[in-house]
Amino acid sequence: MKKLLLLFVVFQTLILLTASCVTNKEADVIRFWGMGVEGEAVGKLVAEFEKENPGVKVKVQMIPWTAAQEKLISAYASGNLPDVFQLGNTWIPQFKELDALEKLNGYVLDSKTISQDSYFPGIWETNVIQDGIYGIPWYIDTRVLFYRVDDLQKAGYSSAPASWKELYEVARKIKSIKSDKNKYPIFLPTNDWSVFVIFGMQAGADLLTNDYTYGHFNSPEFKRAVNYLLKFYKNGLTPKGFTAFNNIYQAMAEGYISMFISGPWNIKEMKKWMKGNLKDKWMTSPLPAADTNGIGVSLAGGSSIVMNSQSGNKHTAWKLIEFLSRPTIQLKFFRMVDDLPARREAWESPEIKRDKFIKAFFKQLNHVKPVPKVPEWERIAFSKIQKYMEYIVYEKMSVETALKKLDEEVNSVLEKRRWLIKHGRINE
Amino acid sequence: MVELMNNKNLKYSAMLFLSPALLAIFAFFFLPVLAAFVMSFTDFDIYSLNHLWRVRFIGFENYKKLLDDPVFWKSLFNTFYYVIIAGPLSVIVSLCAALMLNSKLIKFKAIFRLTYFMPVVTTLVAVAIVWRFIYHPRFGLFNYLLGFLGIDPVDWLGDPDYAMPAIIIMTVWKNFGYNMIIFIAGLQNIPEYLYEAAILDGANKFQLFRNITLPMLAPTMLFVGIVTMIGFFQIFTEPYVMTQGGPLDSTLSIVLYMYREGFRWWNMGYSASIAFVLFIIIFLGTIIQFKFQKRIFG
Repeated sequence: MKKLLLLFVVFQTLILLTASCVTNKEADVIRFWGMGVEGEAVGKLVAEFEKENPGVKVKVQMIPWTAAQEKLISAYASGNLPDVFQLGNTWIPQFKELDALEKLNGYVLDSKTISQDSYFPGIWETNVIQDGIYGIPWYIDTRVLFYRVDDLQKAGYSSAPASWKELYEVARKIKSIKSDKNKYPIFLPTNDWSVFVIFGMQAGADLLTNDYTYGHFNSPEFKRAVNYLLKFYKNGLTPKGFTAFNNIYQAMAEGYISMFISGPWNIKEMKKWMKGNLKDKWMTSPLPAADTNGIGVSLAGGSSIVMNSQSGNKHTAWKLIEFLSRPTIQLKFFRMVDDLPARREAWESPEIKRDKFIKAFFKQLNHVKPVPKVPEWERIAFSKIQKYMEYIVYEKMSVETALKKLDEEVNSVLEKRRWLIKHGRINE
Repeated sequence: MVELMNNKNLKYSAMLFLSPALLAIFAFFFLPVLAAFVMSFTDFDIYSLNHLWRVRFIGFENYKKLLDDPVFWKSLFNTFYYVIIAGPLSVIVSLCAALMLNSKLIKFKAIFRLTYFMPVVTTLVAVAIVWRFIYHPRFGLFNYLLGFLGIDPVDWLGDPDYAMPAIIIMTVWKNFGYNMIIFIAGLQNIPEYLYEAAILDGANKFQLFRNITLPMLAPTMLFVGIVTMIGFFQIFTEPYVMTQGGPLDSTLSIVLYMYREGFRWWNMGYSASIAFVLFIIIFLGTIIQFKFQKRIFG
């Protein structure tokens, strides 16, 4: 019993000691949080930064993607946000609204390494809210078309479809050639809002109106996009649901699907699955445009590096952001994790230029648009748009009613925002 | 004893000894519950997280909104659907397994017990991933077996009508082992002489089960019933991992909805009101079960 008590006392003192160590901050410690593989990669990169800046120590912590948002918000609520952290660029409006992000305009103005011209305009735009810059693009992604070259050739097309009309025709031809009814020309998952939003933006829909305070999905533009996509489901050109293909790469390799729309993280996996004589049987291409032949807009995705507005060490924090934004470091980062660098200088390097699969992304990145920059967007996209698009696809609702109801629900989500604006309780 | 209790010093020391536990319960249970209760009357959301002046007291607005919220009703329906089907099914399967394992005819009981208990101690996430393969529309074991019966393949997790049955089958399989162990313990507590006496009186197998096993198991049954019901009302991980509540919200449970509103969209006020509705439902369910079982088993 006495031993136990002693052990307990020792334990308690140890806990107290470590706790006091944490509060007793050393002079120049920068805390950095990154998500998943990106966080891991930064852990390897910072050694160089520490060498350049003697006396500075960077503490890198990796947080899993799946719980990242909850973790960051809880950390914010308890005053534990790190000095610098990675933020998916669609999350910036939320954290800006929390006053968690440092406005970076002054830093950028004085910086020798970071200037707006080095970035793709659509991507840079995602970090800007009412003239304030709240993040520096770190790595970027957007959605393009992945397709089986041989399937398209069999259908009589030597290149990827460049317009909505062509895309539909290609899909119909492939369907008529394939005998197995379980094989589909294209995979448009129903549990993913992005496809519907992308096609809506291509048709010219503005999604939210009046300073993002009302939904505007029941517009002719968005309706046109939905009706267009619905044709694919109705005519069996794409499977309903999302469980039909547990592994989309395997489905591509086995010829169960011939096209899908997704981001750069698929390149590595596709290379892994499309082996041997399949090696040159696939390609990527920018998304088709709505009316004319050309490139349609896609989402401006990716992650930014942001600074905690409560950081006690902003000067060094900015130095770390500048370090991670250097073209050479961006290239190293690309080699480690395959994320596409945000700096256009890095795209000049031969290893990126030579990769034929990345080319489509470069073209597409000049045609990207951010989603509406309001804290409610994620909720609108995941819980409202997705839901009603599912209703439409499963034909539980007509396009007309679904979009009208969608607008109603979006309006009620945005009620708080309207109230805050009306009473001047929102930081403009 | 009474004199001792009247001793003032003793009373104080008793309080002193209890105080750490009481304090912990107060700080980590009552306070949060109270805070959540107050929160359920506000529109606390992401805008208000650090700006309390953006919070509005909205009275019963959240609760009113709940009543009008089709997704809430859907999740409530799903939860009841799940509890009403999976609850009794799980208890019946556990009871059958326990009866079989308690039978004198069975050999290698320990091995069977272990095997049936294994799913209970396996991580649910791992189980869910394996079951996603079992339910796979093209390569899945389930559809393969159905194929022998001449039944067309079913898209178990992708079809709104089959997703909930799929989850029910999986959870029954995963959970029956736990109740089975409790039932076995209950069965072993039934004195052998009751059966011997009944057999001498000429009772058949069914009469033995109906008139001895069932009544003697009543307390166990009550415990198993309530614990299973409470646990099943709070179903969360299974749909969270397997279907994320889809397709078409057909597997969205009330706790999953609460989690989604609260920690995904930071509608803490609304989420808190869902929590209290769930609390009331479970509370009522427990009372009904108590009354019901008392009437049946006396």
